[in-house]
Amino acid sequence: MIPEPAPPAEGEHRTPVETVADAVGAQDPTAPRAASAPQITPGDVSEASRLVGFGLQPKLLPARDAEYGALVRRYREDPPFARLADAVAAGLGLIVLEVSPRTGMAVAAAEDSVFAVRMGEYSRRAASDSGDRFLHGLAHLAVAALAFPRPEDLADDGYLGRISVNGVDAFVRQACKRLAERAEAEGEITDPASDAPGLEAAWRVYTRRSATGATKDARRLSGSTTGIIGKAVSFLVDSGFLQKISDDSGGTYRTTARYQLQVRELAASAAMAELLELGIVPVSDGSASLVPPPDGSEALAADAGLPFHAL
Amino acid sequence: MTTIAHQILAPLRAGLTGVPGVSVPRPGAGPAGDEGLARRLRALACTAPLHDLDARKSNLAGEYAVYGMAELGLAAIDLVTLYMDFDTGADRDQILAKLLPRAAAQAPERPAEEHLRVSRWVLESLINVGSVDRGFRAVYGMFTPDGAYVRHDYDFKLIEEFPGRDGGIYLRATDEAVNVLVGALDTDVASAQIAAEVKLEVLIARGRLADAQLAAEQARYRTVQYAETLRRALDATRRNVRAVDWLNAVPDMIAEALDHVADRYRHETAILTNIRRARDEAEDAQHKRRAAELVDIVKDCIRRHTQLQSRLLEAGPLFRAEQDRQAFATPAARAGTDLYGQLLATTLPLPVEQAGTVVGAFFARGAGFRAPGSVRLCDLVDALLTPPVEREHLGAELPEPDLVATPDDSRFSEEQLEAALQILDLPPDAPRRLSGLLAEARRQDPELPYLLALLAVHAASPPVGVAHRQGEDRLLFAVDDGTPLDDPEFGGADLIVGTAVLREAPRQGHGEPRDKPIGVRSRTSGVADAQ
Repeated sequence: MIPEPAPPAEGEHRTPVETVADAVGAQDPTAPRAASAPQITPGDVSEASRLVGFGLQPKLLPARDAEYGALVRRYREDPPFARLADAVAAGLGLIVLEVSPRTGMAVAAAEDSVFAVRMGEYSRRAASDSGDRFLHGLAHLAVAALAFPRPEDLADDGYLGRISVNGVDAFVRQACKRLAERAEAEGEITDPASDAPGLEAAWRVYTRRSATGATKDARRLSGSTTGIIGKAVSFLVDSGFLQKISDDSGGTYRTTARYQLQVRELAASAAMAELLELGIVPVSDGSASLVPPPDGSEALAADAGLPFHAL
Repeated sequence: MTTIAHQILAPLRAGLTGVPGVSVPRPGAGPAGDEGLARRLRALACTAPLHDLDARKSNLAGEYAVYGMAELGLAAIDLVTLYMDFDTGADRDQILAKLLPRAAAQAPERPAEEHLRVSRWVLESLINVGSVDRGFRAVYGMFTPDGAYVRHDYDFKLIEEFPGRDGGIYLRATDEAVNVLVGALDTDVASAQIAAEVKLEVLIARGRLADAQLAAEQARYRTVQYAETLRRALDATRRNVRAVDWLNAVPDMIAEALDHVADRYRHETAILTNIRRARDEAEDAQHKRRAAELVDIVKDCIRRHTQLQSRLLEAGPLFRAEQDRQAFATPAARAGTDLYGQLLATTLPLPVEQAGTVVGAFFARGAGFRAPGSVRLCDLVDALLTPPVEREHLGAELPEPDLVATPDDSRFSEEQLEAALQILDLPPDAPRRLSGLLAEARRQDPELPYLLALLAVHAASPPVGVAHRQGEDRLLFAVDDGTPLDDPEFGGADLIVGTAVLREAPRQGHGEPRDKPIGVRSRTSGVADAQ
């Protein structure tokens, strides 16, 4: 049992230990909430931190945990508490995207946060090889692009995307093939200059990489494109962004509300900013750029699950 | 016939009278008839995905003809309708689990894994997972009032996936699916409800419980459908108050629905009393059981009415709250980014170095976060001081097998076999009688005739194909010419035993490889084959 805090008359002689005991005592649910009293109590800070702690478990949902659900409710109903929780998150280097019963506390890591994932940690090969770095990043972009094929899918909160590993690979491969055909038709020489491998067209790097390969232990070849996409997908599952449905087509997955938020609020704009930095301004009128084949004669990307063409 | 004649004659008649046929003669009785036709065409289209299931099952890898896919599909819609609630839909795994017994009953000898595969395929086909909007489309034509023929697309879904409050994914049967299921195509929700109830009362009054159960189940589907209509209106309100007509349509609907709930509640309580009486008075066990099931169904109906009623009462406050929330919310000014067109398609043609920075930025903000693991010092010390587990390259040592010499219980020894084969090694041009061979064998060894007789009997049906495949050039054969065997130990026919020479049949093209296996081995294997 926690000892009762000393009476106020002896307060001036309190030791730090007693102060901590006091703070813990304030967690008692019978203690008055900060909502009634204007100042923040240590109990509130503890609860706000607990909420952020829940947010750091991305697969946990408020509907599955009563305490989490109660904290999410409090965040939405008690603005001072919400500000406090936001402050705790910001102090840890986290960006709060949404706090709601459907997503829980959806947080993302700020760039310099300890929670941020760096490419070098994600894949050791990517740290040294620019081609691998590109392929791993592209896998994430392609998964998102197929999960939300039309602009309105990304904007619609109710939309559920569905992707499969083989489908993503087939789709990107088809897009690359069309770029290759176009380059050939225009008579371009796409072979990179030997002394400037960085100038090689990106799609060539993807085309060159094998789609799959046999391994000794029947696992996916980690360097193949399906291996790279498979790694991206399982990473996203661990981030609470995708849910596995079945093993069909190299693994079939559904998106979660958190993934949509993350892509919509952060990732897409970050990539867009980078493109602008390069002097490329991708303009969209808000309509989808993936189009159905004009006459149905051309083959669609197999397994991609989309009746669309790339390009 | 008359229609065909009409179609043929109409242009003729037009030609004869000299009036150019400007407009096609319209079949049916004016626009109203056409509308009815269109409605029925739409209703018909709803059943197409179910027929399609059976048509497409041959495309699946494997032999699935034994499954009745349409039956499974209809059962799946049935299950989803029964299990979907007001707030949440039906759980996918639950539906699959309920569907499995039916698939298993259709093909009991197939593995359970296949049943699951088939059930999943049926469910996903009904969701139409392959298509981007997870729906179906049918095309039908209609005449406009001025006589032009216009084709329309009719888009519909049977089972919808939608996210639940807890972030899980649930299934809902659409109105179209409920209509297909019930079979009452194109009917008004309210009137169908009343009709079903009246029918139920009549049936119960007449004691026809089997039909009564059917009607009660239909009533429940209708109830669910009613709730679904309201749920959608409320959902739309939550998204955008202005999308729903809260001035007239919805208040009217709510008032109507409340009246209905009150009405139905009264009806069904009366029905429940009736069925309870039927249950208690029934003599027949079958009737009793059916009446008991009916009681459950009607109870469930009443539960759903109550649920609907509480929702109806909450609808007004929800509207006001949503109006407040949406009126004062900042307008969402985000058009979705076109991930493919603006990012992926733009990035792919870039030089790999530039493309790397773009996708790198996407990765950094889009992959999520990882909470770094923190180590307690004492754990670290323990971990570092624990000696590494020795990993055996060769794996665990195999125990020395404890071999026990089995007693040789063969009827004949190797030497006896050799001797018997030697006796049977006859020149191809000189076959002999079995009696003579037996006498020769008996002179060598009293046991030998048994083995010899056995081999001779086997030779009566010589494995020519095997011998030929193995490249043998001779084969022992035995023929019965009807002479009885005169022998003190054996009876039967005195076989003529001889050696046949196998010749390569004159064949065109490639010849069989003729490398000859070791004689004794092939011979014994020939014997083994014959056995």
